[in-house]
Amino acid sequence: MKYVDEYRDGALARSLSAAIAAEARPDRTYAFMEFCGGHTHAISRYGIEDLLPANVRMIHGPGCPVCVLPIGRIDDAIRLAMRPEVTLCTYGDLMRVPASRNGSLLKAKAAGADIRMVYSSLDAVRIAEANPDRQVVFFAIGFETTTPPTAIALKAAEAKGLANFTIFCNHVLTPVAMRAILETPAAAGEPPIAVEGFVGPAHVSTIIGTEPYRIFAQHYGKPVVIAGFEPLDVMQAILMLIRQVNEGRSEVENQYIRAVTTPGNLAAQRLTEDIFELRDAFEWRGLGIMPKSALKLRDAYASFDAEVRFAVETQPAADNPACECGAILRGWKKPADCRLFGTTCTPETPMGACMVSSEGACAAHWTYGRFRAHEKTSTAPVRRAS
Amino acid sequence: MCLAIPALVTGLLPDGMARISLDGVVKTISVALVEDVRPGDYVIVHVGHALARIDPDEAERTLALLAEAGALGAAVAAAEARP
Ligand code: SF4
Repeated sequence: MKYVDEYRDGALARSLSAAIAAEARPDRTYAFMEFCGGHTHAISRYGIEDLLPANVRMIHGPGCPVCVLPIGRIDDAIRLAMRPEVTLCTYGDLMRVPASRNGSLLKAKAAGADIRMVYSSLDAVRIAEANPDRQVVFFAIGFETTTPPTAIALKAAEAKGLANFTIFCNHVLTPVAMRAILETPAAAGEPPIAVEGFVGPAHVSTIIGTEPYRIFAQHYGKPVVIAGFEPLDVMQAILMLIRQVNEGRSEVENQYIRAVTTPGNLAAQRLTEDIFELRDAFEWRGLGIMPKSALKLRDAYASFDAEVRFAVETQPAADNPACECGAILRGWKKPADCRLFGTTCTPETPMGACMVSSEGACAAHWTYGRFRAHEKTSTAPVRRAS
Repeated sequence: MCLAIPALVTGLLPDGMARISLDGVVKTISVALVEDVRPGDYVIVHVGHALARIDPDEAERTLALLAEAGALGAAVAAAEARP
């Protein structure tokens, strides 16, 4: 496939690996966070950690929208779906996320709730159009990448005059979460994570551009290299980060210049701005309640807001106490450190959200990494499924 | 769900939609978010929407940079392999 295969070349990956080993100074260590689940997935799938020298460590960040959605919001979606008049449209990844009281959307569907999996936000609009007697709710989640598609769906529903289409909005913002990672001290007894630089999001950046990351380079002194999702993209970005650290620079650099421009996608930004505004605060799994970290529909679009139409009141809900997703999302722990990993918790029977989405750290580690002989920074044994 | 893929635009449809080919698999997506999409363009597709156009010149430049870094690495590896 064009623009894919050439960025997966194995021989070139080995040469890049040698280049990284040559430039990484042996007298120090490097710790970089890939914010995005897409990068976590690529790093696990292509075994990129095995291609890095032992003193270069990658920390998996919280950039998986399924993983950071708090349980209370899944509970809300289940309650919405259980209403007899409602058809809930959701992206497939959310179906198996564990909710309170051992529930999930999948189980709610089995129990008779009208839940449809959609590929595109516009599929939800089509379902609303075809079923005028149903209240169709689109369960909108995701970072800046997925927000403009939700906006397009709202505009399409508005143009068609659909009165039975609403959005349950859970869109969240990347830069706020990156800041939280740098600002939150480690929990008592946990080692502090020393993120020295970020592999910046690929597709989020196609929308928001490179400017929002400047604060990390300038204020926090952390280099950011925006990178594509293919393995060679990630490796090149790591090389660029090592160079910045070695040269004492902290800048925003763009490895993914084939798709990311400095201003980003202005049309998408305008549309998002028109329809959404900041929430005062929103809860993220693992990161807690963060001010101004998520979006809601503006009052002008209240008639499309499921939270308004169905008077949604989110109840706080606790995660499974044995699940370490929270610590993993912060980079404090690795999947193999969780005692449920690979035994009680597998992609077939996920106990936490990190095991559900293919971009979740636990799922990626289960699928591609669990049999790797060495674990660079974790001393916990890698558990195998029994 | 964040995995997005480059796809070739093969034809434009009404209402900001377009036909794309993903390794031969034909799909209909929205291109409303990207200005002036034309058949022959490659776009990044995410949950049924094009988010950005791929710039073929920048893609070439990235490959050239990769090859350069790779050649450097290969030279280092060869030098280290020498007794
Ligand atoms: S292995 Fe399962 S239970 Fe443990 S942290 Fe990951 S998702 Fe949570």
